[in-house]
Amino acid sequence: MNDQKLSISGQEALPPLSIESWQHRHVLDLDDFTRDEINLVFEIAEAMSEVIARDVKKVPTLRGKTIATMFFEPSTRTRSSFELAAKYLSADTVSLDSVKSSVAKGESLIDSLRTLQALGVDTIVMRHPCSGAPYIAAQNLETSIINAGDGCHAHPSQSLLDMYTLRRHLGDLNDIKVVIVGDITHSRVARSNIWGTKALGIKLTICAPPTLLPHGLQAMLNKCGLDHVTVEHDLDVAIRDADAVMSLRLQKERQQSGLVSSIREYIHLYQLTTQRLALARPGAIVMHPGPMNEGIEISREVAYSSQSLIEEQVTNGVAIRMALLYLITGGKIR
Amino acid sequence: MPEKVLLNSADIERALVRVAHEIVERNKGASNIVFVGIKTRGVPLAQRLAKIILDMEKVDAPVGSLDITLYRDDVSSLSFKHVVQQSNVPFDISNRHVILVDDVFYTGRSIRAALDALMDLGRAETIQLAVLIDRGHRELPIRADFVGKNIPTARNEEIKVYISEVDAVDKVTVRKPGAGGGEEHE
Amino acid sequence: MSPELLIKNAHIIDPGQSIDITGNILVSQGKIKSVGKDIKETGIPTIDASGLVACPGFVDLHCHLRDPGFEAKETIASGTAAAAHGGFTTICCMPNTNPPLDNLAAIDYVNGTAARKGAVRVLPVGCITKGRAGKEITEMKELSNGGCVGFSDDGSSVSNSRIMSLAMEYAASLNTPIIDHCEDTELSRDGQINDGWVAARLGLKGIPAAAEESIIARDIALARMTGARLHITHVSTAGSVELIRNAKKDGISISADVTPHHLTLTDEAVLRDSVKNGISFAYDTSAKVNPPLRSQVDIEALIHALNDGTIDAIATDHAPHSAEDKLCEFDAAAFGISGFETAFGVLMTLVNTGKIKLTTLLACLTHKPAGIIGGKCAATGILKPSSSADIVLLDLNKIWRVNTHNFYSKGKNTPFNGVDLKGSVAATIFQGIFAFRDNTLEVTG
Repeated sequence: MNDQKLSISGQEALPPLSIESWQHRHVLDLDDFTRDEINLVFEIAEAMSEVIARDVKKVPTLRGKTIATMFFEPSTRTRSSFELAAKYLSADTVSLDSVKSSVAKGESLIDSLRTLQALGVDTIVMRHPCSGAPYIAAQNLETSIINAGDGCHAHPSQSLLDMYTLRRHLGDLNDIKVVIVGDITHSRVARSNIWGTKALGIKLTICAPPTLLPHGLQAMLNKCGLDHVTVEHDLDVAIRDADAVMSLRLQKERQQSGLVSSIREYIHLYQLTTQRLALARPGAIVMHPGPMNEGIEISREVAYSSQSLIEEQVTNGVAIRMALLYLITGGKIR
Repeated sequence: MPEKVLLNSADIERALVRVAHEIVERNKGASNIVFVGIKTRGVPLAQRLAKIILDMEKVDAPVGSLDITLYRDDVSSLSFKHVVQQSNVPFDISNRHVILVDDVFYTGRSIRAALDALMDLGRAETIQLAVLIDRGHRELPIRADFVGKNIPTARNEEIKVYISEVDAVDKVTVRKPGAGGGEEHE
Repeated sequence: MSPELLIKNAHIIDPGQSIDITGNILVSQGKIKSVGKDIKETGIPTIDASGLVACPGFVDLHCHLRDPGFEAKETIASGTAAAAHGGFTTICCMPNTNPPLDNLAAIDYVNGTAARKGAVRVLPVGCITKGRAGKEITEMKELSNGGCVGFSDDGSSVSNSRIMSLAMEYAASLNTPIIDHCEDTELSRDGQINDGWVAARLGLKGIPAAAEESIIARDIALARMTGARLHITHVSTAGSVELIRNAKKDGISISADVTPHHLTLTDEAVLRDSVKNGISFAYDTSAKVNPPLRSQVDIEALIHALNDGTIDAIATDHAPHSAEDKLCEFDAAAFGISGFETAFGVLMTLVNTGKIKLTTLLACLTHKPAGIIGGKCAATGILKPSSSADIVLLDLNKIWRVNTHNFYSKGKNTPFNGVDLKGSVAATIFQGIFAFRDNTLEVTG
C-alpha cells in the first residue's frame, strides 16, 4: 500500500510546509493570513479529520490545557464545534454563557476576560455582538484569543472551513469562481471570506440587493486591493458558471427594519433554487454557514441535494477548529 | 566533517531480510501480523518488510502508517509546531500482532507516543517493535524486538537514515559533532 | 499675582485689529493698558517674550465641562485648567450636564463655580428645550439674563421642526445665537463612525454625511423663515460646507465652527495604522467622536472653508471621558475627544504645511468666535486697551510629544496621544494673571 498521501480529490499532495511560517498568537481575522498559513491549517485539519473518523475520538495533544469558550451571543453549532474540537484534543473546556455570567451584572468585557486569564485558561474562544471586541481582548490580555465571530466583522474559522470544504472537493482553488449571496452588510462570514478567497486566489462574486450591501463596500475593495471581488445585484448573472455558491441566512428582522421590501420579493430574486443552480457549472457546490432558513434564502431541494455540502461543512468545522486549537494552544510562539 | 557511510543499500537490504525472517519465526508464520510504520521513514521500511514476507510466505500482511505528532510529550514546550500529517491504518488491529516499524531507535519517546496512538486504535494481541538502527541512549524502559543493526553512538553524533522511497538513495550515515546543522532523525 | 505685568519683545498678532508687530504689552489691574513698540516700564514683573507670539486669549465656542453631574469625567476646575493649558481664556460650556443647563439655578451654579474655581472665563450655553428632550422650549429670556451666550441642545438635535422654528424665533428676539448640533438621529441610529470604506472594513455601522447635511438644510430654511442667528457647530462634511456657503451668499445670518480633529483626521484614524505585537490596534475608540471623522475630501473642503470665511471659527468640542467609557467594545464606547490641550499644536500642523495662514488661524480662535457670542461678555478676542487682559503666548517652534499624563483635563481620550506636534502654548494670561505658564518661561522683576 502506497503511503504517499493524496488529498481526497486525487490531486498531488501539497508540498511540505514550513511550520515556522506560523506567527499568529491569536486568530482574529483572515486578513493577515498568508496562503501558506491557510494551507498549513488545511494540512493539519486533514490529519484531524482522520482522528474524528475514528471510533475513539481522542488524542492527548492538548492534555492539561484549558480552553474557555466565552460566547456573548447565543450559538449552538459554533460553540459545540469548538468545545468538541477541544475535547477531541484532550483539553479541558469551560464555557461561559453571558446571560448567566458576570457580564449581566455589569462587569466590563475586559474585566470578564481578565478573570478568565487569572483562572489560568490557556486559550479563549470568543464570540461577541460588537465588531472589534476580540481585538480589545487581544490588546489587553496575555491569553491567546480565537475569534468565533465578532459583530459583523469577522468569523475566521468559518471561512477556513468553507474553503477547506472547497479544497477537499475541487483541489487547487486558484481562479475558481465562488458566489456569496445574501445579507452582506451584517455578515461576518462574507467579510472573512473576502480575505480568505484573496489569499487563495479565488474569484469571488458578492451578490445582494443594494440595501444589504455596506455603503463603503466598493471603496473598501478598491482601498484594500481586493480586486478579486465583483459586486453584482442580479443573482442570475452572478451565479453563471460558478464553481460554488454560498447562501447566507436572511434574518427576519431585516424585513422589519426595512432593509428588504418583503420576504416574498427576496425569495423571488435571491433564493437559491434548483433552476438557479442549473445556471452554475454542472456539479457546482452549494454551501451555507448555517443555520438555514429553508424556503427563504435556499430551497429545501437545493439544501438537501447531492451538490449540497452543508453537512460536510459542519464536520469540517470541527477538524479546522482542532487545527486552530493545536496551532494556537500547544506551545509558545516565538 | 562529512558524513561517514555505515550501511549501504545492500547492507540495508540484508538487514531487512534478516529482520523479516525473525518476525516470521517469532510469530510462527505471517497469517496474523499487520505492519504499522511510524512516519516518515518507518513507513517504506514497513512496506519493504511486508514485501519480503509476501515473497517468502505468500501472505499479504497489511501496512498502515502512523503520524505520532499529536501524541508527542513535548508539544507544550516546542517553540514551533510540527506539521501534523494524517495517520492511515485502514484495518482493525484488535487481536492482531502489530509490528511497529521505525528507522532509528534512540530515546524511545517516539515509540512511547506510537504505543499511545495504537492503544486508541484498538486492542492488539501483541505489539512488537522492529527498527532498522538501534543507536542506544534509551530514556524510557522500552526495548526493540527486532533490530537491523546495532550502532553504538555518542549523544552528539548524528545518525541519518536515507530510504530511497523518500530520499532517492539507501544508506545510513553518521556525522561527528561540530559539522554544522542538520536535523536529527528520531 | 501682581497687578502689573509687562510682556516684552513679543511678536504681537491681533487679527481683529490687523496688528502684526514686534512689541510690548502692558497689563495693569487685570486689563490691557497699552500695546505697542514704545512701552518702557521698569520695576514691574516682566516676561521676555522674544521668539514667542502674543495674541488674544483663545475663545472656544463649544466645550463640555461635565459639571454638574459627571464630575468623574471633568469638573469646572479641571476643565478650565485644561483650557488654560491649551491657550483658551474664554470657553462656552454646553448644557448636556446633569441636571442640564435648562434652568436659572443650573446656570447660576456654573457661573458661581467658575468664579470660585475656574482658571478662565466660563460662559454657559443654555438648552434650547427642557431636558434637551426636544419638546418644550426653555425660558430663554431668563437664561439669557443669567448669562447664557447661546442656546444649544448639543449632543442632540431638535428633531421636531416646528419646535425648532419656534425656538429660533424666540432666540432671534433675544439676539442670541442658536448653536446648532445638526444630526438626523434616524439616519445616524446605531452608527459608530463615518459611513465609508473603514466602516465596511471593520463591520461597524456608519453615520452618513446626509445625517448632518439634512438637518443643516432644514435649519437654514428655518433661519430664513425666522430671522434667527444660526451657528452651525462642529461642521464635518463637504456637503455641509456647501450648504453654509450658499446660505451666506443668500444673506442668511449664519455662522459655523469646525474642530481641530475634523480638520486633520479622517475615519482611518479608527484603524490606527500602527501594528503592535502583531495585533492591529484597530477599533481605536479614542477616534470615536460625533460627528465622526470623515474623509480626505471633507478635510480639504473644511480647510478651504476656513480660508474663504465660510467657516468662521474653530471650536474644540472638548469632550472628556473617563477611561472606562473608552476602554471597551467600540459600540459601547462614548463619543468624544478631549481636545483643549492638543488644539493649538494640531492646528499648527495646518499652518506648518502651508494649508492655512497663521493669521487666519488666530482669527478663527480669537475675534471671530468672540464676535459670534456678541457683546454679552468681556471676551472681545482683541488686545484692546481697557479690555480684560486675556493673552496667550505661543511658541511656534517648540516640538513636543502629546502625553496624556501631562493633561490637566481628567479626560485622557485623544487620538493624538504620542504624536509629535510643532507649536505650543507657553503661557496663558487671564485677567492679567497667569492661568498657565510653562516653567521655562521666567518672570523677572
